[in-house]
Amino acid sequence: MLSLTGLLTLPLWSPYIAGAGIGVLAWLSFLVSDRPMGCSTSYVKTAGMLLSRVYPSHVEKNEYYQKYTPKIDWSWLIVIGIIIGAFISSSLSGTFAISWVPPLFASTFSDSAVIRWVIALVGGIFLGFGARWAGGCTSGHGISGSMQLSLTSMVTSAFFFVGGIATAMVTFALFG
Amino acid sequence: MVFAALRKNKGAQLVLGLCIGIGFGFCLQKGGVTQYDVIISQLMLTDFTVVKVMGTAVAVGMVLFGISRHFEWVNAHIAKRTYGTAIIGGLIFGVGFGLLGLCPGTVAGAIGQGAMDALLGGMVGMVIGAAIFAAWYPSLKDGLMSRWPIKHTTVGEMLGIPGWAATVVMVVMIVFVLYVLEYLGF
Repeated sequence: MLSLTGLLTLPLWSPYIAGAGIGVLAWLSFLVSDRPMGCSTSYVKTAGMLLSRVYPSHVEKNEYYQKYTPKIDWSWLIVIGIIIGAFISSSLSGTFAISWVPPLFASTFSDSAVIRWVIALVGGIFLGFGARWAGGCTSGHGISGSMQLSLTSMVTSAFFFVGGIATAMVTFALFG
Repeated sequence: MVFAALRKNKGAQLVLGLCIGIGFGFCLQKGGVTQYDVIISQLMLTDFTVVKVMGTAVAVGMVLFGISRHFEWVNAHIAKRTYGTAIIGGLIFGVGFGLLGLCPGTVAGAIGQGAMDALLGGMVGMVIGAAIFAAWYPSLKDGLMSRWPIKHTTVGEMLGIPGWAATVVMVVMIVFVLYVLEYLGF
């Protein structure tokens, strides 16, 4: 029989166990906080907080920052919590490691940290822009929206994967 | 409502947000989906870990949410949007998803396990992308983003069946897909 500490130090859980845990947390968000669990608004708030230091008039006038007030709040702390949670999990299992290039990226495209950084940066820009255009991400639409049977969230999530699959397949075929 | 006071307590909510985030990050890392390799292998359709994690999360969440909604313990928070946001926004997101190999939540998890490309590339890029979107938002919101409204709020409404029946249909579909994936050896 697996002990609790044995469970916490496992490098990986069955995806069904990890998924069930995420489902329970997404439900708890509605129950205790009356909010859907999502991540992508945090990046707008961070952008607003940083920009208000260098270009305050833009942030004050822009209506998007009025919709998503640039401040540290519940949803912003979700993202900080994810960093901490993944750090605890990987530290307990001994899989925490500073890395610059993911193994599959290195074996497919390049083992250069600079090339990986540029691709990650460009990918991040599309992701941050697209998530706000779509009004949510893989957690906000994909999990929290879909579990409420939201049609918008299900259609949006399907297109996250259509775009992702197409991009991965094309880049692997052309540069891999 | 037992949770009414808790929901209004701002300090407690900040602590709860952080705690739910920690649990979320822990599960994402244990599920393997904070790794570029796992997400890209899903997008290349050679590994189905992401579908298994998300499918289970949605099925479990859907049942718990459905029961809680029935007893009025929780409120629905559904944004009805447009195909202009779902398709165009979804595809732009997808391009980033396929290049970065992580999404807005898992990029944070990747940072937690030491991925510097996720921190200096992915997360920095996401903040820049969000800032560009905010600057562009005033002209986008009445343009492409408002095109082709989505008619129905929920799947139940679209199919003309009650919420509980739609939940059963969706959960059966998810379980079936996961069963087929296991059967095929994924």
